[in-house]
Amino acid sequence: MSLVSLIGAIELGLVYSLLAFGSFISFRILNIADLTVDGSFVLGAAVSAILVSNGLPYTGILLAVIAGALAGVVTALLQTKMGIQPILSGILTMTGLYSINLMVMNGKANIPLLNKTNIFTLAETIIGGKAYKILVLFIVIGAVFAILNWFFRTQLGLSVRATGDNEDMCRASSIDTDMVKIVGFAISNAIVALSGALVAQMQQSADINMGSGMVVISFASIIIGSVIIKNKNITLGLLSVIFGSVIYRFIIALILTTSFPPSYLKLISALVVIIALSFPNIKRKIEINKLRRSIYDAKN
Amino acid sequence: MKKIISLLLIMLMLLTLVTGCQTKTETAEDKEKTNTTAETAPVENNEKIKIGIIQPVEHPSLNEIREYIIIGLEELGLKDKVEITYKDAQGDPSNINTIISQYVGENMDVIVPIATGVAQSAAAATKDIPIVFAAVSYPVEAGLVKELDKTEGNITGVSDAIGINEIFDLAMTLTPNVKTFGFVYNSGEVNSVAAIEKAKEYCDAKGLNYVDATITTSGDLLQAAQSLVGKVDAIFTPTDNTVASAMPVLAAEAIKAKIPVYVGADSMVADGGFATVGVDYKVLGKQVAAMIKRIIDGEEIINNPIETLNQYTKIINTTTSKEIGVEVSEESLKEFQIIE
Repeated sequence: MSLVSLIGAIELGLVYSLLAFGSFISFRILNIADLTVDGSFVLGAAVSAILVSNGLPYTGILLAVIAGALAGVVTALLQTKMGIQPILSGILTMTGLYSINLMVMNGKANIPLLNKTNIFTLAETIIGGKAYKILVLFIVIGAVFAILNWFFRTQLGLSVRATGDNEDMCRASSIDTDMVKIVGFAISNAIVALSGALVAQMQQSADINMGSGMVVISFASIIIGSVIIKNKNITLGLLSVIFGSVIYRFIIALILTTSFPPSYLKLISALVVIIALSFPNIKRKIEINKLRRSIYDAKN
Repeated sequence: MKKIISLLLIMLMLLTLVTGCQTKTETAEDKEKTNTTAETAPVENNEKIKIGIIQPVEHPSLNEIREYIIIGLEELGLKDKVEITYKDAQGDPSNINTIISQYVGENMDVIVPIATGVAQSAAAATKDIPIVFAAVSYPVEAGLVKELDKTEGNITGVSDAIGINEIFDLAMTLTPNVKTFGFVYNSGEVNSVAAIEKAKEYCDAKGLNYVDATITTSGDLLQAAQSLVGKVDAIFTPTDNTVASAMPVLAAEAIKAKIPVYVGADSMVADGGFATVGVDYKVLGKQVAAMIKRIIDGEEIINNPIETLNQYTKIINTTTSKEIGVEVSEESLKEFQIIE
C-alpha cells in the first residue's frame, strides 16, 4: 500500500468515524437501529455544498449540523408522538429527505465544488504538507469526542443512556423518555450530517446518491471497533468506533490493492466483517478447550 | 489496558510502514526526475505505462465504454506497453475516494474516470496526474473545466452529450418538408431548457418556425400534444424526464395526426417516438483510447480540449415510420439502428 492510499484510508476512516459516532448513539446507546442516516448524511453534504459554493465553508458546516439535528427530531417525533415503528420511521424520514436534499441542491443531482474554498483548502494554506486533512479531522473529531464524553455524563445524557437500557424503568422514574429520544436522535443525526458536510468538502462535490449504504458502513465500523475494544463505558465505546472506522477503511483499501476482480469487493468485505465478528467466539472456544485440557491434565 | 498498549504498538508499526513507503516513493520520484531530465523519450523500454480506470458501479453502458477503451488501446498497438488497472466502487460512493487515492499513490501515468462523480473525485485528488474522463455529459457544469475548448489543468476527456444539431440534421434529411417544429418540454427541467435554446438557435439559423408547448407534469402532456396538432409539421422533445415518463401518450397522439416526433433519447424511440441520434458507447470508448494514447505520447492536456463524439448512431422506429407514412429507403435504413 502506498503512502497516499494509506493517508487516504486514514482520512476516510476518520471522516466516516463521525458517521459511526452518530449511529453509535442510536444503535448502541438508544438501542434503536436508525436508518435516517442514509438521508441525513446527504442532507449535511447538500447544505454544506450549497454554502461552500457561495463562499461560506464554516457556516455550511454549522447549518449542516442544525439541519441534521432537525432530521433526527423528525424521526424521533414519528417514533414517539405518532407511534410509528422505529425502523419504519427511520425509513420514512430517509425517503422524504431524498426530495428535500434535491430541493436544497436547487434541483441538481450533483454540486461540483472544485476550485472552491473549503475548510480543507484553508487548512492546506495554513498547515501545508500531506497530513493537513488528517489534522483538521483530528481537531473536529476531538471536539465531538470531548462534547459527547461530557454530555453522556450529564443528567440529560445519563437519562438518554438509561432510556436505551430500560425504557420502562426510566418512565417509572418519571423521566420523559419521548423527550430523551428526541434529544438523542437530534444529536445522532447532527453528527451524521457533520460527517456528510466534511465528506462533501473533502471530495469537493456533493451527490444526491452519496448516502447509499451509509448505515451498513457505520454498523460495520461500530462492530469491528467493539471486537477490538470492549466498550464498557462511553469513552472507550467512542474510541472503539474511531478505530473500527479506520480499520474498516484499511480493509477496503487492502482488498482494492489485491488483484481480485472488482466485482468480488462486496463479498470479500462481507467475509472480512464476518471473520472479525466471529473472532471473539472462536477465541472463547479455543480458551475453553485449553481449560478443559488443563483440567484433564491436572486430573491425570 | 493490554489492548490499548497493543493498539499503540500497531499504530507505531503503521507509522514505520508509512516512513518506509515514503523513502520508496521519494526514490521513485527521484528516478522519474532523472529520467525526464536525462532523456526526453517518455517511454522506458521495460517500464510499462500505468493506466488506472475507475468506474462508480457496474452498469451496462459504463461497462461497454470500459471494454472499448481497452480494445481501443490494444488496437492502437499499446497492448504490451501499458498496464491497465481497473477498479469499480461497486455502487458504494465512499469507495471511490479509496480507489482514487490508491491510483494517486501508485503514481499512475493516466487516470481514466468513467462518469461524472468519479471524474470529480479524481479532479479533487490530484492536480498533477493527467485525467482523461469518459462519459461526462456536462464537463463545465460538473466543474471539471472552465470552458470546453480550454483545458488548462490536468483534465480532459470525451463528453457523451448529444448534439441537438445532429438530431435536427437527421430530421431535415428524413422529413425535408418540415417548416414548423413543435417543442414539447418541461420548462422546470434545466437540461431541457438548455436543449430547447440550442434547438431554437438551429431553427433561427435555418429559417424554420417553431411553437412551444410546455408542460409541468406528465398529466399535461396529452393537452400539449393536442394543442400542436394542425399547427406543426414535426415535434421535437429533448431528453426531458417528464415527457419521457409519458412518452407513449405523445407518440400515440402524434401518430394519429401523422406527425413525426424527434426525441432526445433512444428509450423514447422505443416508446413510439420516430427517430433520434444516440450515443454509441463503442465509439466513445475508442475515442477515449485515442486521447489516452496522445497524452501518453507526450502531448499536453492544453492541446487536447474536451471532445464530443465524432460519430453518432441514428436510431429509428420503423413501426412509427409506417404509421405516419414517412418512407425511408432500404438503402438509408442500413445506417440506422432499427427499433420496431
